[in-house]
Amino acid sequence: MSLSETARTPLRYLNDTLKGWALHTQEYFRLLGRSIHGSLSRPFYGRDLVVQMDAIGVGSIGIVILTGLFTGMVLALQSAVEMKQFGATIYIGRLVGASTVRELGPVLTALMVTGRAGSGMAAELGAMKVTEQVDALYTMSVDPVRKLVVPRFVAAILCLPLLTIITDVVAILGGMLIAVVKLDLTIDLYMRSVYLTLAETGFIFRYIPIDLFAGLVKPVFFGAIIAITGCYFGLKTSGGTEGVGKAATRAVVTSSIFILATDYFLTQVLIALLIE
Amino acid sequence: MTRDSLDVWDSQMRKGLREEVRKALADLGEESRLPSVEGSVVEMEDLCLAFGDHAVLKGVSLDLHRGETLSVLGGSGAGKSTILRLILGLLLPDSGEVRVEGHDISNVPLTQVLALRRNMGMVFQEAALFDSLSVYDNVGFYLHEHTNLAEDEIGRRVRDSLDLVDLEPDQVMTLLPAELSGGMKKRVGIARAIVHRPRLLLYDEPTSGLDPITTRTINDLILKLQTELDVSSIVVTHDIRSAFHISNRVALLFEGVLVFVGGPEEMVASEDEYVREFLR
Repeated sequence: MSLSETARTPLRYLNDTLKGWALHTQEYFRLLGRSIHGSLSRPFYGRDLVVQMDAIGVGSIGIVILTGLFTGMVLALQSAVEMKQFGATIYIGRLVGASTVRELGPVLTALMVTGRAGSGMAAELGAMKVTEQVDALYTMSVDPVRKLVVPRFVAAILCLPLLTIITDVVAILGGMLIAVVKLDLTIDLYMRSVYLTLAETGFIFRYIPIDLFAGLVKPVFFGAIIAITGCYFGLKTSGGTEGVGKAATRAVVTSSIFILATDYFLTQVLIALLIE
Repeated sequence: MTRDSLDVWDSQMRKGLREEVRKALADLGEESRLPSVEGSVVEMEDLCLAFGDHAVLKGVSLDLHRGETLSVLGGSGAGKSTILRLILGLLLPDSGEVRVEGHDISNVPLTQVLALRRNMGMVFQEAALFDSLSVYDNVGFYLHEHTNLAEDEIGRRVRDSLDLVDLEPDQVMTLLPAELSGGMKKRVGIARAIVHRPRLLLYDEPTSGLDPITTRTINDLILKLQTELDVSSIVVTHDIRSAFHISNRVALLFEGVLVFVGGPEEMVASEDEYVREFLR
């Protein structure tokens, strides 16, 4: 191999890699666009939507309750150690309320649903792809995006905010459990503290605290990320059962990174729009 | 929401696509079916297709005559299944033409491709039944998607199709694909492909992975459908014995090039080196 060819090999590799990423990005956003269009136009598969809401929403209630409960409890426990030194344990409700509703509720819910439902979507669609069920849909003149992706996309967007509310409520109750049992605070004092922190940034639509509203806007985006990422990797699956496993792993990793990155940018935007 | 009201909602929401397909059919000249044309059902002319640097088809020309069964033989990776995907319009050729019932499927709008596919039925290698649906819903899938038929009528047609493939409807209709044997899956796959009475049936390796007795059953079934439904069929296979049993003509594909097209007897008598090697 000549010197120029040796130098060209890594360049070709870099070129191919960048082209691959560009193609993935284009295809990903194309799937997102088609899903948004499919959500707003006929034909729409109502039965599949209900099935997916059951799988994504109802099926995830258990894990989000556990996530919320232990997150709230550990937040109260950890902060109590520091706050006790300053006699500030009455502010534990503020800490648990603010961190849960603003950040931990939406993000942890999304990450748990990614692990449970996002991987499931990638595996299910991946299995359908490698067993030619997706091709069977095409041959019967049925658009797989409308039949398979749109119901999951809409279900995830509708379910994530509801699951986040459950996580928020359970986390606050978990914090309350520790505050009452271990720190001897009254329920009234704890809940008042939670309310004060939520009321601090003001209200939107008269009754909804801005923090809570912002915390419920995020899950809509997270739901879209979970569904599109899961379905994208599922529909791109190749290489038999091994490919199905890889698709599920990739879906969870990519979706988790997208959720954390989107959370940062969304927080910036929401602070600029709602608080500043 | 009850199951019934869900069904009504679901079917109303899906009406949109049906209207689209119906309009495409109307554009093509007939309310429910594409007009039947004289001559070949499928005409492939100088088809070339490559995936990246790998040329899969290198100038393939092949016709399927009305009412005949044509088997496409060849080794793994010879491009056999690609031919079926081109006929279905799932892939577009780099050059050349695929005409299905006189219409160039790679050069018509999507709605017309959908309409053309109404005349086709595809039987997949592993049956490709929808895991989450029962046998009844699998076989009736096309009718639920694209027709306004009453549930009773759909039920009747599903039973007819299952009868045709020698399955007892009452015993299998409620089963899920996971509860079926390999041979039964293939037969349900065939029932699903014929439920809307297509004029062209495409089989992708219909006997692969089956024992000799079940293979014979499936072969007999393919022959039975040819006469009872008056369909034209293309069977992609590497099973020479099955191909000779069911086919009027046989085509042999080698590295993307057709090396032989003719009757089974002609193939046996062929002096071509690769044909002899393949038959050995």
